This record gives sequence, structure tokens and C-alpha cells, in this order.
Amino acid sequence: MEFLLEPLSYDFMVRALATTAIAAVVCAVLSCWLVLIGWSLMGDAVSHAVLPGVVLAYIVGAPFALGALVFALIAVTLIGVVRNTSRVKEDAAIGIVFTSLFALGLVLISVTPSQTDLNHIIFGNLLGVSIPDLIQVVVLGVVAFAILILKRRDLTLYAFDPTHAHAIGLSPKRLGALLLGLLALTSVVALQTVGVVLVVAMLIIPGATAYLLTDRFSRMLVIAPVISVVCSVAGIYLSYYLDTASGAMVVLTQGVVFGAVYLFSPRQGLIGTRLAKARRKRAVVTATAR
Amino acid sequence: MSTPAIAVEDVTVHYGEVLALDKASLILDPSRICGLVGMNGSGKSTLFKVIMGMVKPDSGRVLINGEPPVKMRKDAGIGYVPQSEDVDWAFPLSVRDVVMMGRYGHLGFTRRPRKADRDAVEHALERVELSEYADRQIGQLSGGQKKRAFVARGIAQGATMMLLDEPFAGVDKRSEATITRLLRELADNGATILISTHDLHALPQLCDEAVLLMRKVLMHGSPDTVLQPENLAMAFGLDVMNRG
Repeated sequence: MEFLLEPLSYDFMVRALATTAIAAVVCAVLSCWLVLIGWSLMGDAVSHAVLPGVVLAYIVGAPFALGALVFALIAVTLIGVVRNTSRVKEDAAIGIVFTSLFALGLVLISVTPSQTDLNHIIFGNLLGVSIPDLIQVVVLGVVAFAILILKRRDLTLYAFDPTHAHAIGLSPKRLGALLLGLLALTSVVALQTVGVVLVVAMLIIPGATAYLLTDRFSRMLVIAPVISVVCSVAGIYLSYYLDTASGAMVVLTQGVVFGAVYLFSPRQGLIGTRLAKARRKRAVVTATAR
Repeated sequence: MSTPAIAVEDVTVHYGEVLALDKASLILDPSRICGLVGMNGSGKSTLFKVIMGMVKPDSGRVLINGEPPVKMRKDAGIGYVPQSEDVDWAFPLSVRDVVMMGRYGHLGFTRRPRKADRDAVEHALERVELSEYADRQIGQLSGGQKKRAFVARGIAQGATMMLLDEPFAGVDKRSEATITRLLRELADNGATILISTHDLHALPQLCDEAVLLMRKVLMHGSPDTVLQPENLAMAFGLDVMNRG
């Protein structure tokens, strides 16, 4: 008990845990759609490409989310333009656009005199979360979460069969845009926790882990955030006691849990399915022996 | 004369430089089953997309029941059964979940199903004989059952027009018979059905009429007429080969 309570006596730890838990839930819910549509690379791209937006927003004193949203949009548009109007394929288009925008962000940081440390944006600054930071994360997180949950059936239909969505009068284009907008918003939420570089982990790993554990989408939407929150909180405690980088520890914990599920999941796991097969075989042998 | 269910009038579609449809015209009356025959790249998928309003024609127009396709879409009247290759069968949805998606056009902002919608889904599952498989993940069905699940989605939707893309590819005989019977029932109840198919043998039992497509509508008549060897040769480009 002492082990769990001691870190909570520091305000900065409480704020770190609250921020992480919110980011973990929102990212995990969104990740369920991203892994199914095959947008993992897109998640990577958007979460990096928001960097110049965040820096510019900082310079002019606008909300980070606004800058991030604008640059997420610019990134997605540029990727589409490069892919559609040249012979360059989508993965290359994504790689070109997001690294260039990310580099632009780094350049902007290097010429901006500020107290905000470059490292804090790149790798997150979990232990330095201020009250206003926390409020921003709560507001954005709640908005993104509410939209995702209210529109979950439409988003799932979009992910599964956009043609049918169109045929029954929905707009796949608008649903895709909604999902990208939420991706940008969520990136800002997670940026605070693990930083630009590792956001993508929180946007992919929970959904992928849940996908290995169930074949019901509605259950993925519960499993992914639960795993994500548990891993994130565990990661922060570990970083507290081991004195390691907190954002990185959160991601590392998620990665380890994914590895365990990958190996031992009873449905899809590498070892789990083999064990199940062996059990069935033994059962058959015992049955015939009788 | 009654309003045709589908009227495609001189529709031309380009994808970049590629000509996909060249002044294609097609009139289809309600309560008819029409087979769409043509080789790959003949514009079958494009014709479907134009009818659904997914692709805007460069010239010409499409009318569904005398109105632009958008009206029919808003009424959720168009049911679509995709080609197997276009579906992610590992997607974590049950058969019932997929059939429920047919109801979404009738539902409110969050698409929360009501009792009437759940009843419609159970009824549709019964009609395609999949009730006992309702809780299976969609990838765990046989080829024919998969197709029936999507037909059930159209039934639950209450579609008055069904577009089926290669519904008999990889389908067992029993499922083929079930689907054929279902489509006939739907047509008898007033639905208009357009099927693209490679399965020329099934055409006469299945369809009231057939269309030969090769970027334009080469021929539109009874299945027996359309299936005459010399007509097929025209659509499948054998004459081009002879000339070459």
C-alpha cells in the first residue's frame, strides 16, 4: 500500500497520473479504428506533423490544439496531393510529408526563444504538467472521447464498408475527415504525456493488443482503454521507483504487454493457440483411450 | 408508361486518361432481375458506382425512380452486396452486427438500434437461414454464408434496389439456390435487382434480362439472346483477337 500511495503525496505525480490516464483512454479508443482501417502510419504521420502547429501556436499565444489541428489538416492534404498527382506511392508520400513538417517544427523550436524545452515537446514532460496543461488535456480529452463514443457505430461502418455507408446516405468522406480531426486532437492530448515521438505508440498498441484478444469490436472499445490505462499507470510507477524517463516507460510497458498478448492470447497468440491445439489433441486421445 | 427504376442516360466516365464508361445507356423496370455481363475492365463496377452516386459522370445522367440517386440514398433504398475481395473478413464484427448496419440509414444520430430494428435484423437472418450463425465472427462463415449475410443486410435495410457484385464467386450450390430464391422473392415484392456476374450458366435461371457491357451497353435483352455465342464474342473481345 505504501508502495502505491507514496508517489501520490507529490502533486506533480497526481497531475502526471491524471494526464496519463486521460490520454491513455482517448488514444486507446481511437486506436481501435486506426488499426482496423490500416491507418497506423497515418497516425504516426499526423502525430509528428502537428509539431510546427504546436510551436507556432506557442509563439502567437493561441491554443496548442488549434495549431495542431491546422497542421494535421495540412499534412493530410499534402499527403493526398503528393499521392494523387505524382507517381509516388502513399507510404512514401506519408514519409516525405511528415518528416518535412516535423523538421520544420524542430527548426521553429530552435529559433524560438522560450522556456519550453525542446525535449519536453519531443519526449513529453509528464512530471512537469501544470494545472492549465491538465485542464487543456481534460477538455480536449473529454471532447474527443465523447465524439468517438457517440459516433462509434458510424465510424465502425466507415472502417468496415465505406461503400455501404455511402449507399445508405452517409458521407464516407466526412466520416474519414472526422476521424482525422479526432486524430489531430488526440495527438495534442497525448503529446503532453509521452511527447511527439512516442504518441504513435499510444495510438496503435492498445488497439492492436485488444484486436488479438477479441473478435467483437464493442469489446475492443473496452479492452483497449483498460489495458492502456493499466499499462500507463504501471509505467509511471515504474519510472518513479526506477528513476527512468516516464513517457518512455509508459510506452515500454504497453509494448511488453502487447508482446505477452501476442504470445499467449488464447485466440490469436503464437503460443496460446498451440497450447489450445495440444489440449484438444490430448482430449481426443483421452476420449479414444476410454 | 411507368417510371423506370434505373435510367442510365448516355453516361461517360473517365478515370484520369482511362475511359471507363462510354455513353452507356440502360433502362431497367421495377421488379426485374438483371444480369450484368462483361469482362474485367468493362465498366461493371463503375456502372454500380454511378448508380450509387459514388462516381459523378463526366456527361450524361442517372435517374433512380425518376430522381437523382441522392434521393434514393437518403431514403436508404439502395442495398449493396460487395465482392468478396473488397471485404476485410478479419474485421471483429459478428454476422448480426453486419446485418444491423443495414438499419443505420433509418436510425438517429448515434445509430442506436430500437426494438423494431433488432426485429428486422432477426427476421432478415431467418430469411437467409443464418439465425444459428448470428453470433459468429463474419470471417468464420463459408463463402456462401458470407454472401447471404450481406443479402440479409439489404433485406434488413428494406432496400428496394439491390446491387450485387459477383455474388456467386466461391459460393456453394445450396447458397446459390438460396440466394437465387431470395432475390426472386425480393423482385416479386417490387425490388429492382442488378447483378454483375461471371457465372454465365446461372444467368437464365436467375435473371429476367441480361446486359452485355463493354464500356457501353452492347446489348440488352433476354438472357438467352444475350448469351448467344456471337454476342458473347462481341463483349469478351474475341472478334478483336481474330482480327489481330
